[in-house]
Amino acid sequence: MPQNEHIELHRKRHGQRLDHQERKRKKESREAHERSHKARKMIGLKAKLYHKQRHSEKIQMKKTLKMHEQRKTKQKNDDKTPEGAVPAYLLDREGQSRAKILSNMIKQKRKEKAGKWEVPLPKVRAQGETEVLKVIRTGKRQKKAWKRMVTKVCFVGDNFTRKPPKYERFIRPMGLRFKKAHVTHPELKATFCLPILGVKKNPSSPLYTTLGVITKGTVVEVNVSELGLVTQGGKVIWGEISPILSNVY
Amino acid sequence: MSSDVERLLIQFQDEAGEPLGSPFDVPLDITPDKLQLVCNALLQKEPVPLAFFVRGEAEVVESLRVCVKALGVETEAVLPVVYQPQAVFRVRAVARCTSSLQGHTEAVISAAFSPTGKYLASGSGDTTVRFWDLTTETPQHTSRGHSHWVLTISWSPDGRKLASGCKNSQICIWDPVTGQQMGKTLTGHTKWITWISWEPLHLNPECRYLASSSKDGAVRVWDVVLGRCERILTGHTQSVTCVKWGGDGLLYTSSQDRTIKVWRAKDGVQCRTLQGHAHWVNTLALSTDYVLRTGAFEPADATINPQDQTGTFEELKEKALQRYNKVRGEAPERLVSGSDDFTLFLWNPAEDKKPLARLTGHSALINEVLFSPDTRLLASASFDKSIKIWDGRTGKYLQSLRGHVAAVYQVAWSADSRLMVSGSSDSTLKVWDIKTGKLHTDLPGHADEVFAVDWSPDGQRVVSGGKDKCLRIWRR
Repeated sequence: MPQNEHIELHRKRHGQRLDHQERKRKKESREAHERSHKARKMIGLKAKLYHKQRHSEKIQMKKTLKMHEQRKTKQKNDDKTPEGAVPAYLLDREGQSRAKILSNMIKQKRKEKAGKWEVPLPKVRAQGETEVLKVIRTGKRQKKAWKRMVTKVCFVGDNFTRKPPKYERFIRPMGLRFKKAHVTHPELKATFCLPILGVKKNPSSPLYTTLGVITKGTVVEVNVSELGLVTQGGKVIWGEISPILSNVY
Repeated sequence: MSSDVERLLIQFQDEAGEPLGSPFDVPLDITPDKLQLVCNALLQKEPVPLAFFVRGEAEVVESLRVCVKALGVETEAVLPVVYQPQAVFRVRAVARCTSSLQGHTEAVISAAFSPTGKYLASGSGDTTVRFWDLTTETPQHTSRGHSHWVLTISWSPDGRKLASGCKNSQICIWDPVTGQQMGKTLTGHTKWITWISWEPLHLNPECRYLASSSKDGAVRVWDVVLGRCERILTGHTQSVTCVKWGGDGLLYTSSQDRTIKVWRAKDGVQCRTLQGHAHWVNTLALSTDYVLRTGAFEPADATINPQDQTGTFEELKEKALQRYNKVRGEAPERLVSGSDDFTLFLWNPAEDKKPLARLTGHSALINEVLFSPDTRLLASASFDKSIKIWDGRTGKYLQSLRGHVAAVYQVAWSADSRLMVSGSSDSTLKVWDIKTGKLHTDLPGHADEVFAVDWSPDGQRVVSGGKDKCLRIWRR
């Protein structure tokens, strides 16, 4: 790397060698051989880095070549009629609505003919009692420890009334009682906030199922009537099963 | 002891307001059957079933007393009672799916019965038009010729030709008997075809001309025999959504530029522009639509096995003209337009530029409007999941039919105007009884949205086609 412009100055004052252009051309044509020699003989970390870089370079090159080829051949790939035929009155309108997407999902489920309650349950670790239930001390001297308070989100249902506080063994605090759940279709990435109908199964323990505790992996039933889904038998679907996968505290 | 029955003076009137006979003295408890006997006697024709409306508003269902009480009418004055002849034949409601016709490899976009109900044709996204044999409910012909989705199909009024328009702006004419294309493909439009309408039978029994509307904003009148475009009607600035060939020689076109234009079919001169809508005009319906579609075929004469129309051109023309005049009556044709602005307009397009009435009430865009075959009622199907019934003459709101859980796409009336079937995006069809305003039958079975519905003119079958690629036939 020249620190000053003395090379340029020399070129400007005295011109270039008489065979400069020829030499340049020949050197450039040798470059391919030299490159391949280097690539073959290099070893060690240097080689790894070089090969990685070269690989990505080659991929790019291939892509551009392919694009050029397509431009040249001018194939009529539009012979095949596109999917998604719609009648004339739907043509200028936007495509699928949300409910349509979900209805596709329902159909796929039907096709697979999976069991009704089967749902992709992730492997969850069972949550111990100490994690989910907190001991509440009661009594005149705060010695009795038979009450428990749920520390996780739970669902109680519309017609829930507390037992008389003296006899209440499990306390479900109002702040942790949720009525709605965000339900996402995993493939289509559409999310809806739907009211919960009930807790079907909590994988940690049947006690949690009866209490309505919602932890990771719990299977919950939600009300989908507002989406307007219909079964093939003509009945309107209003309940759906889905597991809790994330964002449960 | 003789019971003193209250009596009332009533004057029978027909729908136009012409009085029939002189005022009659009847007991207040009289039922519609007895009124029918009296009226038929006065009419001195063969007895027809009649419906009676006190002062033209409330229908007499049980007895006259109920109506009088409801309306609070004075019993001293002469009460006008309007009589309406109902269709002599009754169409039975469809109740079961007799077959699910597979064959199309893409969604079924359009389906239609021929005017006599003998043939069934369906157009689909797999670019074919298929003809189906109705006696065995199996495929008959597969007609290939289009290169893109077949968006719209239309039978000629004599039932001997089928025109189909595709998304590549081509129109083909098919022969239902052989399934072969007749003549050459009609090209000329630059964008897809939105609607096809044939010239009515009583104007030309040869069924030679048809009108097609397209997204490119032009309407073309084609000569099918010579295979060329006769006339191009330009004037709309955006896509023309619907074209109807009226029975008086006028063409009505609706467009996304919010206007409806009236043209003279003979020379293509624009007569009138009807303005008033605030958004795209999606659909048009003429009061004489059904009678123009069936031509010389009278649904009352239908037999179990539908037959082709026989007779010379003159005979057919005469019959069609008679039927047309009977349905049309004295008043000129009425036109109703449904739009994306959630309202409908009722027009008298042959005479007036101003609408007769504006029909509001829907809460989403209106996809289809259809007059009943006797032109008394109007049904509008909307994306707000309901169907509304309006009076066909004045545009007064009558009732709402709710039951669908998703957008209602299409409706079809039965030939006697007593039943209506509707197909919706929630994959079910529903048959409605208009007299009671209630759901008659629910017809589930499709696996996906129902795009096209049609009731055969002989009243025996209903066909529905949808996104699940199969066509279903429903019968009693």
